[in-house]
Amino acid sequence: MVQSNHTEQHTLIALVEDKPGVLTRVASMFRRRGFNIASLAVGNSEQPGLSRMTFVVNGDDHTVSQVAKQLDKLIDVIEVSDITNKSTVTRELALIKVKTNQMTRGEIIQIVNLFRANIIDVGSESMVIEITGEEDKINALHNLLSSFGVIEMLRTGLVAMVRGQTNGLANGHSEQVNSSSNS
Amino acid sequence: MELTGAEIVCESLLKEGADVVFGLPGGAVLPLYGALSVYPAIRHILVRHEQAAAMAADGYSRATGKVGVCIATSGPGATNMVTGIAAAQMDSVAVVAITGQVPRPAIGSDAFQETDVTGVTLPITKHNMLVMDVKDVAQAIHDAFHIARTGRPGPVLVDIPRDVLLGDKTEFVWPSEPKLPGYKIPTVAPEAQVAAAADLINQAERPIIMSGHGVLISHAYGLMTDLAEKAQIPVITTLLGISAIPSSHELNLGMSGMHGMAYANLAIDEADLIIGLGMRFDDRVTGRISAFAPNAKFIHVDIDASEVDKNIKATVGMVGDLKAVLGQLLPKVEANVHIDWLQHINELKAQHPSHLVRESDELLPQYVLQRLTEVTQGRGIVVTGVGMHQMWAAQHCRFTEPNTFITSGGLGTMGFEVPAALGAQVGRPDVTVWSIAGDGGFQMTMCDIATAVEAHADVKFAILNNNSLGLVHQLQELFFDKEYIASQYTANPDFVKIAEAYGIRGIRVTRKDQVLDAVQQAMETAGPVIVDFMVKEDEGLYPFIPSGQSVKEMLEEPTLKEIT
Repeated sequence: MVQSNHTEQHTLIALVEDKPGVLTRVASMFRRRGFNIASLAVGNSEQPGLSRMTFVVNGDDHTVSQVAKQLDKLIDVIEVSDITNKSTVTRELALIKVKTNQMTRGEIIQIVNLFRANIIDVGSESMVIEITGEEDKINALHNLLSSFGVIEMLRTGLVAMVRGQTNGLANGHSEQVNSSSNS
Repeated sequence: MELTGAEIVCESLLKEGADVVFGLPGGAVLPLYGALSVYPAIRHILVRHEQAAAMAADGYSRATGKVGVCIATSGPGATNMVTGIAAAQMDSVAVVAITGQVPRPAIGSDAFQETDVTGVTLPITKHNMLVMDVKDVAQAIHDAFHIARTGRPGPVLVDIPRDVLLGDKTEFVWPSEPKLPGYKIPTVAPEAQVAAAADLINQAERPIIMSGHGVLISHAYGLMTDLAEKAQIPVITTLLGISAIPSSHELNLGMSGMHGMAYANLAIDEADLIIGLGMRFDDRVTGRISAFAPNAKFIHVDIDASEVDKNIKATVGMVGDLKAVLGQLLPKVEANVHIDWLQHINELKAQHPSHLVRESDELLPQYVLQRLTEVTQGRGIVVTGVGMHQMWAAQHCRFTEPNTFITSGGLGTMGFEVPAALGAQVGRPDVTVWSIAGDGGFQMTMCDIATAVEAHADVKFAILNNNSLGLVHQLQELFFDKEYIASQYTANPDFVKIAEAYGIRGIRVTRKDQVLDAVQQAMETAGPVIVDFMVKEDEGLYPFIPSGQSVKEMLEEPTLKEIT
């Protein structure tokens, strides 16, 4: 393999057909080629029958370029774009269950408010906090809450969108999909 | 007219021009066989083992350029095809595999002969699909053929549950086009890249073309040869690229790589430009990547974008169909002579004559192939398995026409030769097909000699018999302190009697002076023949660049002398 040493985090988005097995195909390709997914988020797109995937991948430029090409080679994948160097908005949602008692509850609520996070469940010895934001913000809240004791955390993985009028894909694929051109 | 799923499969096969299928029936796929019985335009060839169906479809496809079709039942039938499907994937061969599946209500229940075949074959197919509605059958078959034969070809598996084949009938509507919004087929390359590539070629003093399987698949051999001749660029073929340019062509240096011609590897080492066409710089070609063609820039053309910059960083990488890209490139390339470079390569060839066979009183396997290719005059098709015999065939057989050397390259599948030769002969009944085997590989698939006999396939089965797994034996000699284990056979069968058991002619050859006569007799005998060549058992395979090393570590045959 062509190699270089400069590893960094890349964000890729892919438009894929919403068919059984698509996630398996994508995951299988990552596993068998030894690529490492830091996070993967999937959901419906603006177009019926198509889903959008956001990948966060760690690797040098060559590796990430291979990831994008191998993804694009999957028949069910319509388009792939590396948006790492584009102007984007990125968000992740996390649920964090933290230990509480009478002594700590007030301090935790203060922290939650500072982060503009939400408390969505309160028990006698724990509460569940919902936070949405960029990865760093979630990491920062998690670090602060760690000293109280984090019982459980669940993160959705990053979703990303390019700013401006494009849909983030080089070919702006929406018309092509509808006219089904593949000759 | 309303048809069953099975009938729709047959109609779709005819629409796609599939007039031959290789298969073996079983419970889940039986409805399809029921339909096949009323579609005599589709010739079914009954194999003895499903792996032969997949490999025969592969051989058929490579020999004809058409899509090869194989059929098996669910569970073990489908899993038996896995090796053949994986081989087709590694070598970019257009194959459509159709498998029966247990009925829809039974899927996921661990039913009898149930296997998740789309799951099993996911990493070894170009694409696969499970068809859950009879209304989707025609589109699925159409898409499968389209994917298999276009772009970088590959195997596509279509899994169809028994009750979809046999249940509700539906109107047969042949789809107007594939329904594959995510499938792209590159065509031409950007002009700026073509111009940059032409500049590199025009400036190069020591260029080499490396011609791969893509040149054959894209029917670009004519343009590739035009390019070579116009700028007087020597051509090296990869293992799968052999036969793209006649063996006798003065610019053809033969195969390079681990067991390639010494002078071809030495020329690569000195080249200032490598033009990789439809090949993927695989590790058998390059050896240690960092030491491969250390003085060269690289032009790389492939239809698969993921191959460009994968193993070798290209100076100019172009994604496109080779025939189209060479059509763009050729007018921009200036005529050239490269007199010094070609003369230097001739000197390398004289100093390292690995294309020659040394004098010996013993029956050398290389000598057998040299005589064989003399008799066939490089016509017909040669199919090999994997191992020493394969490399000797690649080194010493001569070819005149494209697509006449068929071998399992990427996967390296022993036993490929018997069924692939059968498939090739069925596809090209006008030519003689020689299956070249070792005694090891031959015994993996020789059950399908019976299929060749039944199909009246004119295949000549040559065995270069050294009573061992020869290449393994040599690796043990060179790299495992001569600790020979599990590489010698002490009770091989009598292959002449095997031939007789199948009702065909068997010929044994033990001496040099019998070779020519045996080959001629095999050629003159109608139908399959087995020729058992009892070759020198400890003959080593050379040249040899050990795995992960470079041309500097190349081992050459000790006794081949410099031509003076």
